[in-house]
Amino acid sequence: MNGDARILLVEDDPQDVELTLRAFRTEKVQSRIEIVRDGEEALDYLFRRGDYKDRPVDEPPTLVLLDLKLPKIDGLQVLREVKTSAECRSIPVIVLTSSGEQRDIAESYKLGVNSYIQKPVDIAEFRKAIRALALYWLDVNRPPFSRKAGTFPPAAPPLKPQ
Amino acid sequence: MLKVRNYSIRQKLTWMNMLVSGAALLLACTAFAGYELTDFRQTLVQGLSIQAQIVGANSASSLLFNDPEAARNTLSALTAAPNIISASIFTPDGVLFATYSRDNSPARPPMPVMNAGQIETYQFTADELILVRAIEFQGKRIGTVGIRSSLREVNDRLLRYAGIVVAVLLVSLLAAFAFSSVLQKATARPIAQLAETARIVSREKKYSIRAPAARNADEIGGLIDAFNQMLEQIQERDSALEAARDELELRVAQRTSQLEAVNRELESFTYSVAHDLRAPLRHIQGFADALTEEGSERLDTAAKGYLNSIIDSTRRMDQLINDLLGLAQVGRRELRILPVQLKPLVEDVVRDLALETQGRSIEWRVGDLPTVDCDPGLAKQVFYNLLSNAAKYSRPRDPAVIEAGQTILNGERILFVRDNGVGFNMKYAHKLFGVFERLHRREDFEGTGVGLATVQRIIHKHGGRIWAEAAIDQGATFFFTLTAPISTSARPEAVETI
Repeated sequence: MNGDARILLVEDDPQDVELTLRAFRTEKVQSRIEIVRDGEEALDYLFRRGDYKDRPVDEPPTLVLLDLKLPKIDGLQVLREVKTSAECRSIPVIVLTSSGEQRDIAESYKLGVNSYIQKPVDIAEFRKAIRALALYWLDVNRPPFSRKAGTFPPAAPPLKPQ
Repeated sequence: MLKVRNYSIRQKLTWMNMLVSGAALLLACTAFAGYELTDFRQTLVQGLSIQAQIVGANSASSLLFNDPEAARNTLSALTAAPNIISASIFTPDGVLFATYSRDNSPARPPMPVMNAGQIETYQFTADELILVRAIEFQGKRIGTVGIRSSLREVNDRLLRYAGIVVAVLLVSLLAAFAFSSVLQKATARPIAQLAETARIVSREKKYSIRAPAARNADEIGGLIDAFNQMLEQIQERDSALEAARDELELRVAQRTSQLEAVNRELESFTYSVAHDLRAPLRHIQGFADALTEEGSERLDTAAKGYLNSIIDSTRRMDQLINDLLGLAQVGRRELRILPVQLKPLVEDVVRDLALETQGRSIEWRVGDLPTVDCDPGLAKQVFYNLLSNAAKYSRPRDPAVIEAGQTILNGERILFVRDNGVGFNMKYAHKLFGVFERLHRREDFEGTGVGLATVQRIIHKHGGRIWAEAAIDQGATFFFTLTAPISTSARPEAVETI
């Protein structure tokens, strides 16, 4: 499935990282997966700062998988900064978290999340979720920009900050 | 009398003063005038008696010698006394012997008659005094003399007295009025001011004002002092009350903020449960699953069975966490009260359950159900939990009969959910709604023991109540009311424990 896509996985728990990668593997997702381990690193990556200042500007992630509970800067704050920045706000962000709390869901959508997935405890359910996610976001859905079309990043007026 | 009672104290005091002084004066004047009058009459009678004696002495010889002319001469000497109207001399047998009249009036009023042994008598008429005296010579009565005297002088004097009395009365009353006007300042005015102060205090509820202190050290002064002291005490009590109320408010505010802090802690606790407790569970299951898949040729049947048990346990733990979170959420959630038609709501739930129980023979009966003011989401959860319980515990029945309806009990409308399932022993009914309490073994009927606790919490949140009636193998009926309190904001937010 879609070998061109780059997925940014923002996840602090190494076991979660391993299980997620395994699920992608078993579901035969070919995409390149970049892993960052906290909110600060995620923002550095997305805004090409710190360790990531040399990341090529024309290779934005196709999709961001964002955990909410993260060290340093939490997921909601990462989401807020991404969705209020002219540069990054068109990147699809999917929250992938253990929390099924209504206020987390509501707050995420208020900040402009593209999808919200609660990680099922049941491994079979989790795989099913990863399969559906990959099918939709990497295959069915058309991303806002692709290297082939050469239309990145699209110029868009900045959103009003929340 | 009623009118007098309604007079002001000032008026009463004035009237009292004037009446008392007037009555005293009147009595004194009357007594004085009476004494004067009696005394004057006495003097008059004495004077007339002396004149009669003189006339009698001077006319004794005329009577003895039967010389009326001499007697007339004697009588005419009375001309000198201007008050004498007339005088007459009679012989002992009552025959007129000689007479004198000032204006020669012929009228001769009847003379008073002397009793035997009397030598003198007199009689007062309206304007005359008539005196009759015996004339004696050497102890022998030889005739009588009668003199009429005018009382005009006396009457004039009486009139003058009356005039003086009236004048004195008037002047005294005026003086009494003036004095009482001055004196009432010391009595009536402090009372009037006290009354006015009391009126303001009771009307405006202003306890800081005071009645003006009286200069008198009498009962009025005492009354005013006592009144002011009472106001002082009321004011002190008021401020004490106010202080107590302020303190109470402060304490309520403190408790509220403590409660809020506890609530926040609780919330972050449930958040941690939701988020952090699940992660290791997921890992256990994920890696157990990975082990099953990738190490299958190295694992024997027993090891694979253990792995399945691990996976089962993690699933169960996940279910427990989910149910507990649901229960906690019910406690935290604000009620959204609307009029809800229960029949379509229950029919919805039954449709869902019918899908979940496909392949079983269940007869669903949804009776007449009312429209109730309640939170629709939570009401749905109540019916879902109760009806799915009913479906679960009627699994051995063919067909299972599950009924939702309403009944009237003691004039109150009660909702119920009934099944013909395995029921339970009423001995354990009190455990029914406890968290994690189960009346059946898990091998027989699955479940976490949170469903009915959630139902009870929702119903209590609505101000309703729930109870059950059952018997072993006779089915169970859950009765409940879903009455929403009139004001949800008035209900204190209870601290929920999970």
